Amino acid sequence: MPELALVASPVCALLLAPLLLGLINRTKAFVAGRRGPPLLQPYFDIAKYARRGAIYGDVTSWVFLLGPVVSLAALMAALLLVPFGAIPAPLSFSGDLIVVAGLLALGRFAIVLAALDTGSSFEGMGASREVHFAALAEPALLLALAVLARITGALSLTPLYQGITAAAWIAALPTLALVAMTLLVLALVENSRIPVDDPTTHLELTMIHEVMVLDHSGPDLGYIHYAAALKLWILGSLLVGLVVPVRSGIVWLDGSAMLLGMAVLAVVIGMIESAMARYRLVHVPQFIVGAATLSAVGFILILV
Amino acid sequence: MFEFIGAIVLLLVGGMAAVAFHSRPGPCQTAGQSGAIAGSLLGLVAAVRILVTGHPETLIVTWSMPGGSLYFQIDALAAFFLLPVFGLSLVAAIYGRAYLAGRAGGQGLAGCWFHSNLLTAGMASVIAAHDGLLFLVSWEIMALSPFFLVIFDDRKAAVRHAAWTYLAATHLGTAFLLVAFVMLGQAAGSSDYDAYRDILQANPGLASLVFILALIGFGSKAGIVPAHVWLPEAHPVAPSHASALMSGAMIKVGIYGLVRILTLLGPPQPWWGWLLIAIGASSGILGVLFAMAQHDLKRLLAYSSVENIGIILLGIGVGVLGLATGMLPLAVIGFAAGLLHVVNHSIFKGLLFLGAGAVQHGAHSLDFEELGGLLKRMPWTGAAFLIGAAAIVGLPPLNGFVGEFLLFYSGFLAVMQPAPTIAIAGLVAVIAMALISGLAAACFAKAFGVVFLGSPRSAEAGEAHEIARPMRAAMALLAVLCIVIGLAAPVIVGASADVVAAATGVPSGSVRVQLATVAGPLSMTVSVFAILIVMALLAWLFRVHRLRARRIGSGPVWGCGYLFPSAKMQYTASSFVQPLTTQFHLFVRNREALVPPTGYFPTAASYSSDSGDPWLRLLFAPTFRWFDRIVGRLNVLQRGHIHVYVLYVAATLVALLLWAGL
Repeated sequence: MPELALVASPVCALLLAPLLLGLINRTKAFVAGRRGPPLLQPYFDIAKYARRGAIYGDVTSWVFLLGPVVSLAALMAALLLVPFGAIPAPLSFSGDLIVVAGLLALGRFAIVLAALDTGSSFEGMGASREVHFAALAEPALLLALAVLARITGALSLTPLYQGITAAAWIAALPTLALVAMTLLVLALVENSRIPVDDPTTHLELTMIHEVMVLDHSGPDLGYIHYAAALKLWILGSLLVGLVVPVRSGIVWLDGSAMLLGMAVLAVVIGMIESAMARYRLVHVPQFIVGAATLSAVGFILILV
Repeated sequence: MFEFIGAIVLLLVGGMAAVAFHSRPGPCQTAGQSGAIAGSLLGLVAAVRILVTGHPETLIVTWSMPGGSLYFQIDALAAFFLLPVFGLSLVAAIYGRAYLAGRAGGQGLAGCWFHSNLLTAGMASVIAAHDGLLFLVSWEIMALSPFFLVIFDDRKAAVRHAAWTYLAATHLGTAFLLVAFVMLGQAAGSSDYDAYRDILQANPGLASLVFILALIGFGSKAGIVPAHVWLPEAHPVAPSHASALMSGAMIKVGIYGLVRILTLLGPPQPWWGWLLIAIGASSGILGVLFAMAQHDLKRLLAYSSVENIGIILLGIGVGVLGLATGMLPLAVIGFAAGLLHVVNHSIFKGLLFLGAGAVQHGAHSLDFEELGGLLKRMPWTGAAFLIGAAAIVGLPPLNGFVGEFLLFYSGFLAVMQPAPTIAIAGLVAVIAMALISGLAAACFAKAFGVVFLGSPRSAEAGEAHEIARPMRAAMALLAVLCIVIGLAAPVIVGASADVVAAATGVPSGSVRVQLATVAGPLSMTVSVFAILIVMALLAWLFRVHRLRARRIGSGPVWGCGYLFPSAKMQYTASSFVQPLTTQFHLFVRNREALVPPTGYFPTAASYSSDSGDPWLRLLFAPTFRWFDRIVGRLNVLQRGHIHVYVLYVAATLVALLLWAGL
């Protein structure tokens, strides 16, 4: 791999992550028979927030200001550890997958505390749901990664994803398929997509993420939107890196396969959002635990 | 060794001087505090020197007590456990004086200083003992002195009840230890640890039996489920710095005892590792579930100690499994994870208990539903508490994350082993740890968010004041340690080779080789921490830059459409965790009483929930009631006349003499 490839994955993420959101929205509009917003609308939104002033609540403290900053910094640091399929991450070391999980948790904790800082029951409700689902999603993520680690014999994401070749798929097809299902569910849960959450409304009864960030404005809100796009990119590349086992060693080929895979993922999420309704909140935990169980079954299949 | 004995003497002298000055609060406090500070500093010097040089130090004094000797030996393992004991004693002493200063008439001051110093001396003596009898005597000193700290506010019935619960629990635990040590002494013919080791290594059956007894005995001191019931009773009612000492240091002595016994038992069986992992997982998960259901900040922290003991046992369990199956990486990294979490937990739990004491001082309540918005009124306490909360949740870049990193790492290593049983054990450890850390995030988002963020839920919280400087300094010291250990993790883990070698019995050279394999990943983790901090700074600066020339307004937050939202309308602590406590109702078993509003013009409606411990309610209370009924029949013997009791003593002696003679 040339040196340049080392920065390829975070640069792609930083530049293209909001495009995923645009693609999802376009897909949903297409299915609904609308024209929909421009593909680049998420970029326009973030640029708009960056130009605005800000309004803060009367009761909020510095925790409210730190929330978006810490969340964005945590996700940007995580980007340095997540490979883009065969393209290695800039930093790779044994146990980096644990650090990624820790950084995701840090970003979430910061946003949750910022939400609680408003003292509004609206945001408190969103924070309560977020910590509930996250507590179940974290074991699911580490379980899925543990299965992949056992298959590839690697404790670091870069060699782990390089080990997921077509041959690995042939050898452990059922298990990898089950892990892919888990990761798809996690991508939906962690990014507050339907059927867990609806990113387009502010309705009390269903909302999680949008509820927590209701009182943020200006650059803070821009950070939150950008961080959300990066999170979608990170969980998306964990999934797409698994289901697109193109490991030719040629950077542009592997990279294009991954980019195509990410685009397909965005379309798939858009289709899921168009085709499904939100679950009732009480059913979301079953959805997450069920997804984790799939990986556990996959683990048992490769045990012997 | 000289410093160690000096430390014990200073602690005791300080305590006794405090008793001597009991009628004058000023000198009493000075005596107790200076004894504690000087003794702890000296003790720290002794422990650090042994850790640095790696040479164990020994002191043997002949003793008039039959069957034992005054045999102290401090090796790397003991010195390592002395760090949290003396360290927290030091911080608690700095904090304690100002904390106790507000007490009307100096009531109970002397007892508090005397017993907290005695507790520290007892813990240190337990750790340094190298003789079974000396160990048991020290253990009783350590176990009894907290009783007097717990019963500090003895005019309240609830406090007396908590103290009795503690006393019963600790003695039940000690009973198992007594049996274990008596069996060992019988078999070995000596009370020396070295004699124990020889007899145990020759006799695997005895070793397994002693392991079970020690696990119950030490486990009940450490607070494993279901022997945890005394923690949420005793910790909340003790003075906060004493709670910090108990939760930060004393329960770790239980862990020390377990690790020490493991070093004597010889080659472990695989099922010991399995059992430890199972107990660790259940204590961890149940502990954090109970914690989040609590309505009282200190009760929440006490249950969170149960959770963290579970995490420590998970690490030790993986380590024991590695030892039993001859997999050195598992053994070394598992033990390193457990031991690092011992120190980490004593730091952040100490910090959080001191923070809870500050909240009680500043806002006169520990009830979540009467707090809120304290960050604005108590900025120092709030910032320190936030660091402690983030550390205990295991978030980068703090010390809690480093310990959990090692634990996950050892779990992943186990998952990658070919043998299915080890892989499953590793997976159990990974899933349990992930669930624990996710639930802990919910628990401490509640603890910090409800207490320090939002608006005050009561008038007293609205008028809260920041606490005295020494109390702030004590918390700041621990908060800084949380950050430093997080950033210096590779150095600290690398330097712990002797400790891990002493705990596992693996030669020091092999331990070093294994620890070197995680040194690289840990340094990389710390570089990620550095990148994280730089990114956060850049993001902050960019934000400030963007906002410089813009309008920054302020206004009310979204009040859900109400025109006059009040602080009472905030999300409450109970409602915040209600989805989780409902989902895990099988384990948490909150009792709820709901009188719903009925009719068109509802008048009376109420809701209350009780988060009392289900194990206490469903297991221990019925058992003890039954026991009470049975034993109550012996009341006929209790006459209340002293001459009758003398008769009993004489009769017993005669009976014993006859028995011995026949």
